[in-house]
Amino acid sequence: MVGHGEIRVVHRGGSKLHFRAPTISADSCFLACASGDCVKVFSTSTEECIHHLRGHTDLVTGTLLRPSNHLQLYSCSLDGTIRLWDFTDGILIKTFVVNLPIYSMVASAKHEGVVFVVTPTHGDKRSGLFQLVAVQLPPSPQQQGEVLDLSAVIDDVSSNPAATAFGREGEFIASVKGSRLEVYFFRKEKSFRFSLKENNEKNKKNTFTCVACHPKDDCIVVFNLMMTLLLLLFILRRNLNQKKEYTYLTLHWHHAAVSSLCFTPQGTNLLSGGVESVLVQWRYKQENQKDFLPRLGGAITHISVSPDGVLFCTSHSDNKITVIKNNVKVSAVIQGLVKGERVRTDLLVDPRSKVLVLNGRPGHLQFYSLQRDKLLYNLDIVQQEFIHEDGLQQFEVVHAAFNSSGNWLATVEERQQKSADVELHLKLWAFQEQTQSSWFFWQFHPDWAPHEAQVTALSFCPSADHQTTMLVSTSKDGHFKAWAAGSDTEGPSWSCDFVGTYHGLVPERCCFSADGSLLAVSFQKVVTLWNPNSWELVTTLSQPPGTIRHLCFGRLSCSKYLLGTTSENLLCCWNLLTCTLEWSTAVETTLLLDDPRSENVAAFSFQEGNTDLFVFKPNEPRPLFSHKAVCSGRVARAVFAPREELLEACEESSQWLNLSQLYFLTPHMDLMTFTTKVEEERLMASSKPLVINDSVAETPFSLLLGKHRRQHENEERVLSGSVEASAPPQGSSAVRELLQTPAHVLPSTSFLCSMFVQSLLVSVTDSRSKNKPVEEEMASDNEEEDSEEEMEPSSRSERAPPPTDSTAAATAVAAPALTKAELRELKRVRRLDLSWLSGVCS
Amino acid sequence: MGEFKVHRVRFFEYLPSAIRALAFNKDSERMAVARTDGAVEIFNFSDNYFQEKVIPGKDSRAAETLCWLHHRLFAAGLNGEITEYDLENLKPRSSVETFGGPVWTIGCNRQGTMLAAGCENGTVKIFEVQEEKIQLQRSLERQKGRILSLSWHPSGAQLAAGTMDMIRIFDVQTGCATHRLLVDRGVGTCRNREVVVWSVLFLSDRTVISGDSAGKVQIWDGATGTLIRTHLVTKWDVLALAVSQDESSVIAGTSEGTVVQFQFLPSTMGQQEKEWVRTRTFKNHSHDVRALIHTDTAVVSGGMDTQLVVRPLLDKVEKNTQESSMRKILFPHKPLVDCAHRAGLLLFQFTDHLELWRLGESEGQGKPGESLPVKKKPEKLIHLKKKGDDHICSSALSSCGGWLVFSTICSVRLYRVQLSNNTVSLTKVSKLPRILCWAHQLCFSADSSRLFAAGARSSVHVFSLSQSECKHIHTLRPKSGSRQPLHLLCVSQDGHWLAAANTDCEVTVYDLKTMKLHCTVPVYSSCPTAMAFHPVYNNLLMTHADQQLSEFSVQQRSYTEWSRALHRRGLHPLWLKRDTPVTHITFNPTNPAHILLHDTYMFCIIDQTLPLPDEKSVLFNQMMLRSLPESERMRHSHAFKICKNFQNILCFDLLEDQSLVVVERPLLDIMSQLPAPVRQKKFAT
Repeated sequence: MVGHGEIRVVHRGGSKLHFRAPTISADSCFLACASGDCVKVFSTSTEECIHHLRGHTDLVTGTLLRPSNHLQLYSCSLDGTIRLWDFTDGILIKTFVVNLPIYSMVASAKHEGVVFVVTPTHGDKRSGLFQLVAVQLPPSPQQQGEVLDLSAVIDDVSSNPAATAFGREGEFIASVKGSRLEVYFFRKEKSFRFSLKENNEKNKKNTFTCVACHPKDDCIVVFNLMMTLLLLLFILRRNLNQKKEYTYLTLHWHHAAVSSLCFTPQGTNLLSGGVESVLVQWRYKQENQKDFLPRLGGAITHISVSPDGVLFCTSHSDNKITVIKNNVKVSAVIQGLVKGERVRTDLLVDPRSKVLVLNGRPGHLQFYSLQRDKLLYNLDIVQQEFIHEDGLQQFEVVHAAFNSSGNWLATVEERQQKSADVELHLKLWAFQEQTQSSWFFWQFHPDWAPHEAQVTALSFCPSADHQTTMLVSTSKDGHFKAWAAGSDTEGPSWSCDFVGTYHGLVPERCCFSADGSLLAVSFQKVVTLWNPNSWELVTTLSQPPGTIRHLCFGRLSCSKYLLGTTSENLLCCWNLLTCTLEWSTAVETTLLLDDPRSENVAAFSFQEGNTDLFVFKPNEPRPLFSHKAVCSGRVARAVFAPREELLEACEESSQWLNLSQLYFLTPHMDLMTFTTKVEEERLMASSKPLVINDSVAETPFSLLLGKHRRQHENEERVLSGSVEASAPPQGSSAVRELLQTPAHVLPSTSFLCSMFVQSLLVSVTDSRSKNKPVEEEMASDNEEEDSEEEMEPSSRSERAPPPTDSTAAATAVAAPALTKAELRELKRVRRLDLSWLSGVCS
Repeated sequence: MGEFKVHRVRFFEYLPSAIRALAFNKDSERMAVARTDGAVEIFNFSDNYFQEKVIPGKDSRAAETLCWLHHRLFAAGLNGEITEYDLENLKPRSSVETFGGPVWTIGCNRQGTMLAAGCENGTVKIFEVQEEKIQLQRSLERQKGRILSLSWHPSGAQLAAGTMDMIRIFDVQTGCATHRLLVDRGVGTCRNREVVVWSVLFLSDRTVISGDSAGKVQIWDGATGTLIRTHLVTKWDVLALAVSQDESSVIAGTSEGTVVQFQFLPSTMGQQEKEWVRTRTFKNHSHDVRALIHTDTAVVSGGMDTQLVVRPLLDKVEKNTQESSMRKILFPHKPLVDCAHRAGLLLFQFTDHLELWRLGESEGQGKPGESLPVKKKPEKLIHLKKKGDDHICSSALSSCGGWLVFSTICSVRLYRVQLSNNTVSLTKVSKLPRILCWAHQLCFSADSSRLFAAGARSSVHVFSLSQSECKHIHTLRPKSGSRQPLHLLCVSQDGHWLAAANTDCEVTVYDLKTMKLHCTVPVYSSCPTAMAFHPVYNNLLMTHADQQLSEFSVQQRSYTEWSRALHRRGLHPLWLKRDTPVTHITFNPTNPAHILLHDTYMFCIIDQTLPLPDEKSVLFNQMMLRSLPESERMRHSHAFKICKNFQNILCFDLLEDQSLVVVERPLLDIMSQLPAPVRQKKFAT
């Protein structure tokens, strides 16, 4: 991230979900997945994102269930830390600082307290060499631990996480790089190398791409790219330093690269997937029987299997995670922002729902909610089957525009077979008010082309009245056409209203003024201004040399200005009242963008390999805000998205972000945005991770048991005269407790039942008189409680929900109902709970 | 190296016949190959897979199965006879009728006392092996279907036999079937067809492994008669099975042309319990794999595509050695083409006929690499069919083109060929000496006045030829008294010396003036594959199966200086790695320092005046030399000048008019004449 004063450029939504393999929790309910700087926890059944595990400051490069505690999750990142999370509650438990960028991570139950990470050799990222390092995680109870115990296991490994795998019960680790397979045996501390011949037949490198190991047998599977086959290696004897002690089986189904291989936990099946986007399930030792799950979408990048083998998970290159049941049926799809190779349409914001609209899957427009960071739906524009094949020219959506009220969407799709031969369709989509979600599409006759050459720009007239909706399209055939919607009896019908030309020049850009009273169309070096009502040419402006690249009108107080950029790196501002050039400045602008809510205009300029951002008002050529080196490469797409709640920033440089937020796409198709400190603070506050002792308070046992404790505290507080706020009715809390706690962690029903029934009764007895014998009985417990409280950080008492008289009364009523045996049982449970707690801490 | 006009001959329509059966003798390291035309070939695995002997076939007899019994070779076929071959005289020795209809399979027990034969009528006949013959001892319990495969338990007490739909296990002592293993039929439409157990193996731990026409390899417990495991290997047939010596690996040949290996492995390291796991797959054939051998280091397979493939198991051999390279044996290791240098005629030997061709003529000059316009097309002069059932085993054409001789195992025919401008006349020499009744090697002297024929016990019969007469002059016998047949004969240009080589690797030089044995060449461990006398110095040049070269001076009765230098320095590793033997040597009369020799994939001119290449120099440097300037070339050139422009060479000779004859037989031409393989799904069709 590029830090710049107050305003930072951050990933906000739309980050990659398929960067690393997702991790499925032991009960197959949750799915943790590295996504940008955070780890997202999804529910495998509802597809909803449950938690964002925030804390890393750089790209997260791996997630892993802690082998000794399946409720905890390790994550590693390029920022050089390994963090331990309670992923069900979204709590950061510990941070281990390694101080080396970590590219991937593996661990095995056999190696307690050790994770194996891939880091650059000598910590030097540029060398391109990586090594596998065993990291001994210190068991200290502190929140942050410095890792000192590092030992290299294998030199020169691949940074791809699919290229490293643990063998049978952690006995050995296998790693592939290039044409070499290296197997390291922990017991003998020896490694064995197996390499292929280096021949470059048919430009295919004879290399291995990924590796997997059978969990029970001595069997390693690797994928050979040149022969496009899977190689099952059976190790015959342990000391492989002498050769000839292996044999192999080749399996052939894939015709292109396999990117991931995975055995099911019992080792009965082998899963493989790659470019074909077909999940192949091979039966181990009956390899000619295989199951296929085809048409999964984009190429499969990762496969993972839940520890109980119930769920499979495939990540796809179109930023999607598919959850598959082990009967090879898709059960859920978690879709991120679809990133194609390029975005042809501008980034748009749907004025109705304020969601981002851009190219998604081939031939589709995707509607992506930035607030919820969720893909809402894909709108199939082309409505033709997409064929996965290289070099095939297919229809692409190249332009899209919304009208100001958001009930019309215009799209242009084209297929370019040869340079001269363009197939074009203009489609107009009306939003269905009744159903509130679907788009009805209104198309001109499919054989009739709206233009004879490529459409260069598309713009709706932002008129206030909704009766006359007007659309202007410019094309390389030298015309610009205005399309108007007339109301028919059957519904709206679109027809061509006006065809405009100017000296046979090619129109490049068109732009309506904010009130819709003027239309600016640029014809190479000339900007023409038209009156859209009478279609007369009002005036022409020009600023040679250089053709006009972008046009935009000023808004609100600056609506008398027209801004334009030229190919000769000039940014000009014309005053429309005087028809003269107000000011101009020499800057290479790649994108000019106006904020629909304010006067501000953002210009992205390209300088020395980086893109800089300037935000200014047209009436003064001094930038309000400038940010050097926003990202490397040219920024070609950006959008101002209106904020839902306005930001109150007092500083001048960040005021331009108050009304709307600026999103842009980097050349690597990452969606970035600008954020202020205020906003960040607000975000952190809303998703503030709970502190560690909360996890104690949150566990079902402690909730139940905590009552007794609270009761004590309460009494003490009452005695000391402290004032407590009122709490929700006790009956509902007991019921909620019963319903929310998973069945397998609940105490016995007999214990709960009496408590539940008691909670329903209205307490009439004097609580104090009945409390005394219980106190005596529980006196022995107090010591333990005290010691327990010492272990807990002091904030507990502040953050715990303040108990009230009524809850105290309820538990006081419940408590005497317990027999001695039950109490003893309860004590035992508490001890268990504590031992588990210490496990959490270490 | 010089420039030559080359006759590129592609009209030799030689078609090898398919391999039907293989049998390997571990003691002598010899492998017998039975082909569908009835010929049986013996390969010496210890001597670089050299084809030592060929027993010619017969129309009425085709071996379906082969079996070694110590050093005796038995074959049986659909004519219902078990034949023992005489490996010294290269013909059948004796035959025994089984009286059970066609014999599908034979096998002998490990003790070498019994021979079992599976017959069409469903009986397994047990023969007792005696010193000179085999004798029927008993028949085992008769089954319904034909017996297609059988295998002895190593103890010799039990025998597994594969029939239609089932496998039977017999107790040999009582002759009763003890178990009946039912084999599943295929699924779908194949359900109505009975399944054929093509091959069965009986291992020492009483595991029975079967391969059947439903494409399964099944592993049975032979003690209880239960099925342990089924491996579906192919959609078509599993035709052959073979097991390694230590019974840890089994290979199965399918009609898709693949060979699948199964290994007896523990699932984790150090575990005692093992199971049969399918491992490697080899695809070296385009057609059915009919026969398989699992040696200690290699998988040998043969089938309908006529090639014998030796695929080394790379975990069993050293890397990058002669042993670790795969070899395909396409053509016989003895020449089938004879060339009349002076007359420009070619004699092609087929199994059932001979063809005599006159080479074409061309005109004009061309640049190297260009093809010249043909003025006169090559012409087939004579198509000479054999008489009787027996196939032709050897033939010769005199260098003047006036004499033609061929032999089967029971008769020799000698013809006088007269060529005037357009007419061809062929006169059979009627009265041949009685001693010339068969010869497995025939040779004319350079002046066509004498005929040499290899006889029994390494003897050479010398005959003089006059206008229409053939007279026996002398019989030359080696001193060693070897019983092995001669496989090479050559005469010096001046007719003074005759060299004869037998498969015991003995090379004997006779003086033809005195008709006496002159000397024997010191015995080298590897068999000579080709030899020739130098036309000027009368040195005998020999190539061996292990790719060594040697030059022997007949006058001095010792190896020449050049030969010694070559041995001291050693041959280039790439030269030693070639996998086909040199089958013909000839000399350039205009440049006596040049030796011309060829194998299947290249021809080579060895210039004895140039320095020998050492290990580091580039062996195939013709292209590199061409790019160098004239002055540089000398420094980089070495004695071996190798040309790989021609592939699949059957014959390579230098005519008197300094033009080369190269007889090629492209593999594609052979493939196109084979029957279509089983249909296979091709990717993306």
